[in-house]
Amino acid sequence: MSTDNTVIQARGICNRFGQQVVHENLDLDLYRGEILGVVGGSGSGKSVLLRSIVGLRRPDAGQVRVFGQDLASLGEEQRSAVERRFGVLFQKGALFSSLTLTENVALPLIEHAGLSRTDAEHLAGVKLALAGLPISAADKYPVSLSGGMIKRAALARALALDPDILFLDEPTAGLDPIGAAAFDQLILTLRDALGLSVFLITHDLDTLYTITDRIAVLSQKKVLVAGPLAEVAQHPDSWIQAYFHGPRGRAAEQAAPRTGQEH
Amino acid sequence: MEPLSPPSATLDTSSHPACLRIAGDWTLAHYATLRRQSQSLRTQYGDDAVADLSQLGRLDTAGASLLAELLGAQRLARCTAQLPEANRALLNTVYTSVENYCIPVREPERNALLMLLERIGCAVGTLWRDTLQLLGFAGVILQTLMRRALQPHRWRWTPVVAHIEQTGLDAAPIVALLTFLVGAVVAFLGATVLADFGATIFTVDLVAFSFLREFAVLLTAILMAGRTASAFTAQIGSMKANEEIDAIRTLGLNPIELLVLPRVLALLISLPLLTFVAMLCGMVGGAVVCALSLDIPPAMFLSLLQTDIGVQHLLVGLVKAPFFAFLIAAIGCLEGFKVSGSAESVGAHTTSAVVQSIFVVIVLDAVAALYFMEMGW
Repeated sequence: MSTDNTVIQARGICNRFGQQVVHENLDLDLYRGEILGVVGGSGSGKSVLLRSIVGLRRPDAGQVRVFGQDLASLGEEQRSAVERRFGVLFQKGALFSSLTLTENVALPLIEHAGLSRTDAEHLAGVKLALAGLPISAADKYPVSLSGGMIKRAALARALALDPDILFLDEPTAGLDPIGAAAFDQLILTLRDALGLSVFLITHDLDTLYTITDRIAVLSQKKVLVAGPLAEVAQHPDSWIQAYFHGPRGRAAEQAAPRTGQEH
Repeated sequence: MEPLSPPSATLDTSSHPACLRIAGDWTLAHYATLRRQSQSLRTQYGDDAVADLSQLGRLDTAGASLLAELLGAQRLARCTAQLPEANRALLNTVYTSVENYCIPVREPERNALLMLLERIGCAVGTLWRDTLQLLGFAGVILQTLMRRALQPHRWRWTPVVAHIEQTGLDAAPIVALLTFLVGAVVAFLGATVLADFGATIFTVDLVAFSFLREFAVLLTAILMAGRTASAFTAQIGSMKANEEIDAIRTLGLNPIELLVLPRVLALLISLPLLTFVAMLCGMVGGAVVCALSLDIPPAMFLSLLQTDIGVQHLLVGLVKAPFFAFLIAAIGCLEGFKVSGSAESVGAHTTSAVVQSIFVVIVLDAVAALYFMEMGW
């Protein structure tokens, strides 16, 4: 693919915590309009990579270019403008505990889109409904919600500004299978309609088989292999073989074609 | 796709049936304008009106929700056939999810006077419940303490010593400095007032009495309330928010024994020690002022202390320290257990712990002062 189709270009990323090296010379691309699944064992640095890309952590070496710009070298204003095009769903939701769900989603709409409070709360309600939350939850505080509902509300907030790039950190973990399938479909629909690029960290094999265009495997401190699922699954690495051809991988593969062919 | 015209919704009544013309980019950037337009339009057309979406530019979820609300289910089904597949899917997804959405009705504003009374009532109720809870919690601590006192092999010395370091040793410098300064200030005040009577020598008695009986223990307790009660609440509160307290319970352990007892014991040991440090430093502060500006040399200061001040004043001061320590630790821990899971709640309860423990310390000190005075101690 040509470079102007690349929305995120990470080159030579190194991340170290004291003696522990998490990433070494890691390269990764995210193309416009694709859903990239990022997989790897626990502790392989998936979330750290996400934090490095969105600029929450400055990598110890290497460069991340987002829409062709290096986030670290931008001024505050420009940086904020780029960050507005991100939607991030954190692993634990990271909803603001002092605000209701509606206020959580309305906050970026008021601050960045310049909507009035009424308009913003109305639109926030739409986003919450889109993420699959009932109206009754809208005025509740995050404390009184289940883990699955927090995930949905966090997705609604990530989608608030209709971002260009959506970062999802284990979005379907803790959702029931029906909810997880609906979640997958929602991401697909949004991607098709809005041309979203999605950076998706997940352990959910069904999600991987159903919606991802490419898969990047994080292992041995770098991206071991990146490509379409069929290609990646053929890689000789023993971890990849165990991952995609273990009992769960086989089950997901068998279930996938039925849904996969629809797209 | 280039925007064909500025985003708009217009009603064309020249044709029959009336036709809603949707044009331009229906995106978040134009949300406020578009929402106003469509709200004013919605009353103007009948059920038979058709919609023309051929001029529609880009569409995002914000625009799709407006369109869905404007057009309704049937018209949407009829007119979306002309749209690209992706936009149609988006409109349908948004429509199905917002179909039943309406803004929840807010409760009407009530009479301000009634609300004021209600709040006062709530506050009184909370005060009563808090008092009961504190007494109950103190009982639970004492009960656990008594049970464990008979089983020395189950005493947990490591956390106790760690907490003594945090609450006692680490606080010693600030306690010493503060009481030294207050001691000096009291001596200055005494000197100013007593000089009029030619009785500056009684400055020694003033400093010694006030510090031994009241100031040392009160200042230390207030410092501990600010420093330690808040720390206890924050520590236990964030454990509560993280479900760690629940984990302790399900492991068959007792959070009172594991978390509260070491803290209470540590403060019971360190507060009296700090009080003693505070007494010494306060009197040193007084002695320095006496030596430098009142011509009372330290040797004379000491001999006056020996002859004028009975040992019961020291005891009256020290005996209050364990009571203050127990209450401060109990309030700090109890507020930690009351935290309900959010970061905001940790903050609110920390504030409450500090306010409550300072309040309780001062009230108890006033009651004790009355008691000791009546007893003639």
